[in-house]
Amino acid sequence: MADLRVNFAGIRAPNPFWLASAPPTDKEYNVVRAFKAGWGGVVWKTLGEDGPPIVNVSGPRYGALHASDRRVIGFNNIELITDRPLQVNLEEIKRVKQEWPDRAMVVSLMVPCDEESWKKILKRVEWTECDGVELNFGCPHGMSERGMGAAVGQVPEYVEMVTRWCKQHTRMPVIVKLTPNVGNILRPAEAAVKGGADAVSLINTVNSMMGVDLDVMAPWPHVGGKGTHGGMCGPVVKPIALNMVAEIARTPATRGIAMSGIGGIESWKDAAEYMALGCGTVQVCTAAMVYGFKIVEEMKAGLSDWMDQKGYRTIADFQGLAAPKVTDWQHLNLDYVVKARIDQDLCISCGRCHIACEDTSHQAITSLVDGVRHFEVIEEECVGCNLCAVVCPVENCITMVEMTEGVDPRTGTPVGGHRTWMEHPNNPMAKNPQPAKLAEPAE
Amino acid sequence: MPDIKAGRLDGTALNDNFSDMLPGFARNEARVAAERCLFCHDAPCVKACPTSIDIPLFIRQIAAQNPIGAARTILDQNIMGAMCARVCPTENLCEGVCVREVSEGKAIEIGRLQRYATDAAFEAGRQFYSAGASTGRKVAVVGAGPAGLACAHKLATLGHAATVFEARDKAGGLNEFGIATYKATDDIARREVDYILEVGNITVEHGKRLGRDITVSALKRDFDAVFLAMGLGDTNDLGLGHEPAGVLDAVDYIAALRQAPDKAALPVGRRVVVIGGGMTAIDMATQIRKLGAEEVTIVYRRGKDQMSASPYEQDVAQTHGVTIRHWMRPVRLLSEAGALSGVDLEYTKLEQGRLVGTGETVTMPCDQLFKAIGQVFVPADIADAGTGITMQSGRILVDAERRTSWAGVWAGGDCVAGGQDLTVTAVEDGKQAALSIDRYLSTAAAQAAE
Repeated sequence: MADLRVNFAGIRAPNPFWLASAPPTDKEYNVVRAFKAGWGGVVWKTLGEDGPPIVNVSGPRYGALHASDRRVIGFNNIELITDRPLQVNLEEIKRVKQEWPDRAMVVSLMVPCDEESWKKILKRVEWTECDGVELNFGCPHGMSERGMGAAVGQVPEYVEMVTRWCKQHTRMPVIVKLTPNVGNILRPAEAAVKGGADAVSLINTVNSMMGVDLDVMAPWPHVGGKGTHGGMCGPVVKPIALNMVAEIARTPATRGIAMSGIGGIESWKDAAEYMALGCGTVQVCTAAMVYGFKIVEEMKAGLSDWMDQKGYRTIADFQGLAAPKVTDWQHLNLDYVVKARIDQDLCISCGRCHIACEDTSHQAITSLVDGVRHFEVIEEECVGCNLCAVVCPVENCITMVEMTEGVDPRTGTPVGGHRTWMEHPNNPMAKNPQPAKLAEPAE
Repeated sequence: MPDIKAGRLDGTALNDNFSDMLPGFARNEARVAAERCLFCHDAPCVKACPTSIDIPLFIRQIAAQNPIGAARTILDQNIMGAMCARVCPTENLCEGVCVREVSEGKAIEIGRLQRYATDAAFEAGRQFYSAGASTGRKVAVVGAGPAGLACAHKLATLGHAATVFEARDKAGGLNEFGIATYKATDDIARREVDYILEVGNITVEHGKRLGRDITVSALKRDFDAVFLAMGLGDTNDLGLGHEPAGVLDAVDYIAALRQAPDKAALPVGRRVVVIGGGMTAIDMATQIRKLGAEEVTIVYRRGKDQMSASPYEQDVAQTHGVTIRHWMRPVRLLSEAGALSGVDLEYTKLEQGRLVGTGETVTMPCDQLFKAIGQVFVPADIADAGTGITMQSGRILVDAERRTSWAGVWAGGDCVAGGQDLTVTAVEDGKQAALSIDRYLSTAAAQAAE
């Protein structure tokens, strides 16, 4: 039985599945339900400074992108930070932590960008005896217009400055939550590292508009006829987040900082992918909001079963194993050749591979052979692009099979060599161009 | 004494029994069903459709929340898309070759999606078609069934004036008189006819029967072209001599049921036998059960696989409590005081490919017996054409364009040889004939102008 316990930047939890700072963690009632359901920790919904409570819209806060059968694949919100009084939140946090001492209790914070405000809130949060704080530098709507959230996260100097203040004014671990709404995720990540952050969490939501109401002629959803961009999360943002996690994991200036992966995690497999790139924990919001807290049961069981199957005893055993395989395009092997292969027993003859290849790519799949409907790869034309496998409705019907010997019938070039763009003769900048080489014949 | 009476079931039970057997999709059901479609390349379903409806396109239009656009895609190819959605044996056509049927045994529900789209257009009152600019040409169409109406509609949109001669007082043909009531609820057959006629430039003359009130040669003389689509005028006979009271023609009974203002008024036997293996036998047996008959048996002289009724239809009958007996044929009608009391059935078998009786018989008591052993063409109706119209296997021979051997005369629907006797093939016949007539008239016009 795999051991799912984690120690993330000094914060211990029985499992790596935490709820992200968001509506599900706004109050004691929900968080207790989450802990009862088995979540390893929570990041309490962002607290702001003391004073008149935040006001949210009373129109729709959420929008969504639906796939077939109305599965929510993208989820958008314009909710602000907690709209409950600071003291109420603090008392609830303290009480829940006392009742659930083994669970990770991290508190998300967002106050104006001055040292005094941060110092003040940190002292009050310490009173709760929570395990750490997460700096919300990511919220892209509403609060950013007031100089907080993403307005800070998009300026590396601010990220570094606020992180440093927090490290100076609290003994608690500091997690910096990064916004993806930047040109290069490494700049704010480097700033967090320089400021002394114990960890980063990413990503926060992506600036987006879910649609346009063509009757009202306004964004959908809208609030009384007008709409504003929100922050999108859910399965569609996972690829964006994975890339950003990988960039931090493979860049010398940021490599090694603890990472909590966020973005579209719906199952154990999503979580394992983040961990394989180096994350120590993951945070979930959308899946919980769509399906309820029970999903964590599948996540824990699935991760544990997979680890057992692979022989990983702890999460550390596989954490980051995929990160070294992330590289730049110029380092990819241009002599690696694959050809699509269609399993005729699995093929249902829908023809989608043919028409995709015929209309938009390389004319490398037949539709008729000897006058009969038949879909077969023409290896002389196939560039191994994977489009056919992507559009095929039957899993594993089309696979990309590596050519290990001989000559690529498309290019006439021997396969099995190893030349990247750095050594390719077509690269005028190549320092040591190499001709194509025949693979060693098998003994 | 034979037990035949009206009103075996009360009005509520009859309403339940004759309501829509497979109701239309709700919006969400349609969306879920539509999203299963793979939008196949060169889709097998389109090839299997006699009218070549672009099925992947109309389903994609439904998924994209444009059911009215979907209806147009359907009706462009098949103006009777609404009825075909209800009566097509889809498991033998589009759904039978759907790649999801082949791979998972669960086809896209094309028929129900087609109904969803066409219902949406009808409900919205959307008329997509109008009569074309007049060419001054006149075409006679014989029969206001699916083939005749499809032909007249296409001709009208191409600018030719169509006059449809119909023996009955109501248009629609077998859609109106021959389909089981529960498949064509809400007066859909009549609404579809109205939709077709709304296009304009089509005149329907009721009470005009070919061979009685009109002749092919007269039509040929008075019109620029003639399309024959009068269907099959007679039914096969049992060949058992005198038929006592209680022996009825299924086609007539089904027509009476469709038109009956009060179904409780129809005579229904307690024990009923239906002879035949086609759709008419199934519709007859199922409906007489629904009218309150207690024991209903279909007797077919060959096996299950030879029945022309589709497996789905056979299931429908059996689900409704109809017993289907194979390899039996009636050899003697029994009667008491002039009324049917039973039928002697002889077991049959194949001997060197030929159907023969085994000599062994069994008596099946019954109060009513329906003949559903096929309809036949009445050659006398076109006797005036002499040898001008070539026949094949008792029906009119046509070429790929639905031209008969007599220049200027086209034919389609059930009255032509080699057809499948389906609404959808009749519609295709009418459409193709209209296109052929249009080409013929254009050429003739061009020649006249020279």
